[in-house]
Amino acid sequence: MLNVAYIAAIPLLPLACFVVLGLFGKEYFSSSAGFLGTVALAGSAVLSLQVAWQYFFVEGKVNGIYQQLTPLKLTWLSFSPSLSIDLGIILDPISVMMIVIVSFVSLMVHIFSLWYMKGEERFATYYAFLSLFTFSMLGLVLSANLFQIYIFWELVGVSSFLLIGYYYQKPSAVAAAKKAFIVTRFADFGFLVGILVLAFYSNTLDFGTLIARLTDASSAPSQAIHTASFLGISALTWALALVFTGGAGKSAMFPLHIWLPDAMEGPTPVSALIHAATMVVAGVSLVARLFPLFSLDPAVLTLIRYTGIISACIAAIIACTQTDIKRVLAFSTMSQIGYMMFALGLSPEGGDNSLGYMGSMFHLFTHAFFKSLLFLCAGAIIHFVHSNDLRDMGGLRKLMPITHITFLVACLAIAGIPPFAGFFSKEEILMAASESNKAIYLLAPVIGGLTAFYMFRLYFSIFWSKAAVQENHHGEGNIWMKIPLLILAACSLLAGLLPFSEFITANGRPLETHINLGFSVVPVLLAVTGIALAAWLYKTANDKPAKLATSLGGFYQAAYKKFYIDELYLFITKKILFNLVGRPAAWFDRNIVDGTMNLLASTTAAISDLVKGWQSGQVQRYAIYFFGGIFTLGVIFIYLWK
Amino acid sequence: MNLNLLILVPMLTAIGILFCKGLKQVRALSLVGALVQLALAFNLLVKYLQERAAGNNAAMLFDYKQAWFTALNINYHIGVDGISIAMILLTAFVVVAGVLVSWTMETLNREFFFLLVFLSLGAYGFFISLDLFTLFFFLELSVIPKFLLIGIWGSGKKEYSGMKLALMLMGGSALLFVGLVGLYFNTATNGGSYTFDLLEIAARKIPVHAQMIFFPFAFLGFGIFTAIFPFHTWVPDGHASAPTAASMFLAGISMKLGGYGCLRVATFLMPDGAAAYSWIIILLATIAIIYGAFATMMQTDLKYINAYSSVSHCGFVLLGIGMLTQTSVTGAVLQMVSHGLMTALFFAVIGMVYSRTHTRQVAQLGGLLKVMPFISSVFVIAGLCSLGLPGFSGFVAEMTVFMGSWQNPDPWYRFATILACASIVVTAVYILRATGQTVMGPITAAHQELGDAGWNEKMAAVLLVAGILVIGVMPFWLNDLVQPGTTLIMTKFLR
Repeated sequence: MLNVAYIAAIPLLPLACFVVLGLFGKEYFSSSAGFLGTVALAGSAVLSLQVAWQYFFVEGKVNGIYQQLTPLKLTWLSFSPSLSIDLGIILDPISVMMIVIVSFVSLMVHIFSLWYMKGEERFATYYAFLSLFTFSMLGLVLSANLFQIYIFWELVGVSSFLLIGYYYQKPSAVAAAKKAFIVTRFADFGFLVGILVLAFYSNTLDFGTLIARLTDASSAPSQAIHTASFLGISALTWALALVFTGGAGKSAMFPLHIWLPDAMEGPTPVSALIHAATMVVAGVSLVARLFPLFSLDPAVLTLIRYTGIISACIAAIIACTQTDIKRVLAFSTMSQIGYMMFALGLSPEGGDNSLGYMGSMFHLFTHAFFKSLLFLCAGAIIHFVHSNDLRDMGGLRKLMPITHITFLVACLAIAGIPPFAGFFSKEEILMAASESNKAIYLLAPVIGGLTAFYMFRLYFSIFWSKAAVQENHHGEGNIWMKIPLLILAACSLLAGLLPFSEFITANGRPLETHINLGFSVVPVLLAVTGIALAAWLYKTANDKPAKLATSLGGFYQAAYKKFYIDELYLFITKKILFNLVGRPAAWFDRNIVDGTMNLLASTTAAISDLVKGWQSGQVQRYAIYFFGGIFTLGVIFIYLWK
Repeated sequence: MNLNLLILVPMLTAIGILFCKGLKQVRALSLVGALVQLALAFNLLVKYLQERAAGNNAAMLFDYKQAWFTALNINYHIGVDGISIAMILLTAFVVVAGVLVSWTMETLNREFFFLLVFLSLGAYGFFISLDLFTLFFFLELSVIPKFLLIGIWGSGKKEYSGMKLALMLMGGSALLFVGLVGLYFNTATNGGSYTFDLLEIAARKIPVHAQMIFFPFAFLGFGIFTAIFPFHTWVPDGHASAPTAASMFLAGISMKLGGYGCLRVATFLMPDGAAAYSWIIILLATIAIIYGAFATMMQTDLKYINAYSSVSHCGFVLLGIGMLTQTSVTGAVLQMVSHGLMTALFFAVIGMVYSRTHTRQVAQLGGLLKVMPFISSVFVIAGLCSLGLPGFSGFVAEMTVFMGSWQNPDPWYRFATILACASIVVTAVYILRATGQTVMGPITAAHQELGDAGWNEKMAAVLLVAGILVIGVMPFWLNDLVQPGTTLIMTKFLR
């Protein structure tokens, strides 16, 4: 049965682990921290699976519909009688799926890190931060209150900051950590204002009540938020667009994606967990969480749709040109999240049209496995060759057999080759696109082809291409490294076979779907073409890629430089905000505001200097004033006063 | 509980210090006095909650009244509600921490600790006063020690800074005095005698034209204490020159005297004035928040960074008061407590860094996490609290202010709220810049051999961090404590 204590223990176990390791890790757990963290996380993962089992197969379904349950609700801070931040737990298909993904992937990363981070000076700190992140992420997906999600949203952001900046003595890591935090903070500013607007009109922060009040067209809050407008745009549109901004920031959607590639400065297992499988999909899950509201507003859905497709497209193009293995994967993540985003934007509520929602969640689910696998493999490879750069790699297939096979499985999965997981989820998204938006339906398979190309560009460059220069002196890795890779590979192979539409849909009812073979031919052919092209260019060392890059000229350069978006941001922040706002503000304060105060003081002092001579205490001077006064008064009274 | 104890204990401590010989005796006595006071503050909290739970709904509890100057109807009248108790707890925390970080203050130690204790005496008296004259008396009592603390134990341009601070605060006091006396002479328009008594004035109707004249005096007078724009310039210089404990007291306690007064005296007693001038308050508060944050971004000295950020953070207090909704005013009180703890912690940790590296220039620091993990962790915690991270008190306070402000439906006020919200981004920028350069990054060669915090510094930091966390993780108790007080103030606006 669904026991609240068990559900609450899922996020609280990592929290306890964070507190213990954070306070005492250095003294008492410098070597056992990994074990402690992993055991705690294993507890969370087992409990998550138990909850998922209970929810999906035993208790969650009433009359064929999956219910939304709130087994726990504690008032944390009450702003007013109706508005309060409650710490609660929500159980519905999304949250149950998310806790399984988060705890499972986190467990894999914990295990992998036992090998990867071994011997690190701040081993305990690493596991403490990892636990903090897992706690925050689990809290985020279980949130039952709009403000509660914001709380965990920020906590997730700070754990990401701490983990990106784990190698704190490296200036590039510090810069990347700051950038990630500030860019997402900027997005969160939008999110916060969005929350304020929604809270004001609906007069509640509770998800269930909020959605019920605003979706009921006859209710007063719903009418108020539709009629109120600012600059000709309704309050609802503003609020949802602002909330979406927050989601777009966390999910690295164009144009707020600039932090994600730099975030790769963190330890690679961290990238696998945070910047591939969990935190970056927080934006998608936020939109999914508020999906009934988003589907009220076609304008915002359009915004989501185009933000998603543009991000998917740009990221895929950039990924083809990067030479840092982790950055290729980062752009690939952004591109895949773009898929999830536009799929959400495709789908109006109700009936068969919620296919996009289902596809999006399905892709989120499968992506978590193969993308975290790709990153863990990348970690193993980097550990082996001591470089992030593709040009330092090649011919590793014999030296790293497990990594080779699992990486290949993940590549096939992300490329959408049947029967690997990515194929099924992408099919659902493409199917949804074909039903509602032709432009996206034409573009998405091409992006799929690009995906296959850049993934196999990686694969061939790492494992084939030239002969290996490294020697196999310390082996591929120990058991702790191999287990997670194999488990995740199995998931990447099998996850697509789950009857996903039975469980997770926009309205809790099962959705009828079927794989249409005729429909799948074109996307799969495009993916195979991408793989073939990559094989032709990169399977053996040759000068074709260089020639191709030269022939593409300016376009290649632009993509290689990530379309100069970073430079644009630097211009805005460094040149405009710092030089045109910050510096003048500081100058104005010191010279004008404070100058006025000093002027007041110096004027007082000057006047005092002027008059203090009058009180000199010298009798002669007083005599002069006295007689001068009498003389003046005499002149006035005798001659002038007539 | 007898509230006179709250004044008596610091007074006895201060007198006792004068008879002590040597640093050891002085600091031991100061610490004992501060701890007794902290215990008293907790006792007060418990007793207060018991009284409230027992159904005592009086506006002010534990009040005590003694005629002082009957000809002018001036009384020594003290009493507390939830807001005062929150401020008293804050003061008690900061005082203990301040004594602990001054543990090794050799120079003129007797005088130094005497002045610290004396300053706290003024603050305690101020927070429990229910008579405007008594209140003003205690406010003034806390100004002079600051001047001496900066002028004697300070660094840099200490004479200039001390003088500037004293003059600007005295200027504020002068304005305030006009406001209070003006108020006093308008208390008897509907019969009765003139009075300085806070509760009596609150029960009477002050003529609106008088409120229009005297509200600005009172509000601005208190406002200068809490660094209202454009009268905030004493803050950066004053803090930068002050010794660590004085900075902590100044930002942690003294600036709160102003905010408390703005709320308890100006707004509560002259509601029509507050309603009429709220747009000016909000304008100035918004300027302070945004402009203070941008000015902070350009600072290179750690103390200037924290001082300017205090200007920005105290802007939230004024914003909350100016918005005049129940939630926003509660938020203002929460922000006072939160900012008091957080900024005291920040100044304490800056002092620890400075005493080891002998520089506060961000550019000359780096990678301190390697050699002083404890101090650096506390630095990061203070920073995260400052940028409003959930789990720390800053988040709770700021969000309450934002949420309350948004409840005011005026579009221009909404615009101000959005600007204030935007400051969370700018705050993140300057905090992370400072943290990134001091705590993280490669370590400066000259700092390789430095040591971490001593036991006294650890105790001070742990105490303040505990306060921040208790509010940040369990905000409901403070919220419940403060709410009845703000409800009382807001009843003046429900007509």
